[in-house]
Amino acid sequence: MSERPPVALRAEALEQLLTERGLIETQALDRIIADYETNIGPLNGAKVVARAWSDPQYRRRLLDDGTAAIEELGFSGSQGEHIVVVENTPAVHNVVVCTLCSCYPWPVLGLPPSWYKDPAYRSRVVREPRTVLAEMGLELADDVRIVVHDSTSEVRWLVLPERPAGTEHLTEEQLVPLVTRDAMVGVAKVQAP
Amino acid sequence: MDGIADMGGTEGWGPVHPPSADEPVFAERWQGRALALGVLAIRVSGRNIDAYRYALERLDRTGYLGDGYFGRWLNGAELMLDDSAILAPDAVDARARNLRGEKVAEPPVPEPNRPGYTPAAPGSLRTVDAAPAFATGQRVRTRDMSSPGHTRLPRYLRGHAGVVELIQPAAVLPDTNAEFLGENPQHVYTVRFDARELWGGEDFAVTAELFESYLEAAA
Repeated sequence: MSERPPVALRAEALEQLLTERGLIETQALDRIIADYETNIGPLNGAKVVARAWSDPQYRRRLLDDGTAAIEELGFSGSQGEHIVVVENTPAVHNVVVCTLCSCYPWPVLGLPPSWYKDPAYRSRVVREPRTVLAEMGLELADDVRIVVHDSTSEVRWLVLPERPAGTEHLTEEQLVPLVTRDAMVGVAKVQAP
Repeated sequence: MDGIADMGGTEGWGPVHPPSADEPVFAERWQGRALALGVLAIRVSGRNIDAYRYALERLDRTGYLGDGYFGRWLNGAELMLDDSAILAPDAVDARARNLRGEKVAEPPVPEPNRPGYTPAAPGSLRTVDAAPAFATGQRVRTRDMSSPGHTRLPRYLRGHAGVVELIQPAAVLPDTNAEFLGENPQHVYTVRFDARELWGGEDFAVTAELFESYLEAAA
């Protein structure tokens, strides 16, 4: 028997087998793909963070009830039933992982990036976070307290990064493009422009 | 289960891969198809998200790691569809071979055997009448139990003491829901562990969301 067919061909085979029996529709697949390619991504989370940086009352609501405050901006759905937001400060650095699979807050960040799904990140960040963060380009001072959040239930975590110094004059709209996906998972800081 | 998916604290995976800013959502076309097929396969197979995670955990090493994250999704979807007899076990392989020009016989479509399962409500959050057994600030210990089936208690947190930090909304218990043995909704706690207690090394904290039946009061 010849070699096992490659994964792309197996995906095509599965799609054919289900569509030809009317169990799924090609358009349904296309819609899901288009949603995650265009509508649901880290820009949503960036809008949440920029609002929190600009509006102290919104920030309070976000930290008290993340799901509701995020829904105020129109973001909800699959993998976002209950979102908890934690704030990074000069003293405490939060970072998020899912050691058991790759749970991630899809409505605000989209699908997880490669490094988040990588066994090296999943296995090591709960054991040696300071080293892992340094390998990813984030050196934290020794006196910064690290808290690693392992997403073991349907609760999803979003990190509210520190607003960088020198951005006091920027509007909410100007802040949005500064906020990166990696900062909202806790493996980077937001940089001033 | 004590399988490859339970990665927390395991060693030998090498360095992490630093983030790249312009990574596409789907680097190859099939990856998007695999993701969408996975999402839809839950419904087609009459299963649920917990059963899907359990299917991923039951993949062999090649199925889990060999084709990356989206390959894992595809292989897990195929396993769920096999489990519910929507597909014959070799159906995808046979079709893929025919797609590349081999002439192989495809297995007949089996008689579907979806689990008799209806969720009590959409999503995983539920209301539990009983008061939470543990309070915030209370010291608790995770049960030192190895589950042969699905569980969301990672191996590296078994038998360790921590402090309840938050009481989260009650939710369906994945352990039983994954195998259609009932939703068993329970209170869920964010428990904070001292890393020195877990690993004996660096000083930092780890939190995890743990179901009430994973926990007992600690002195």
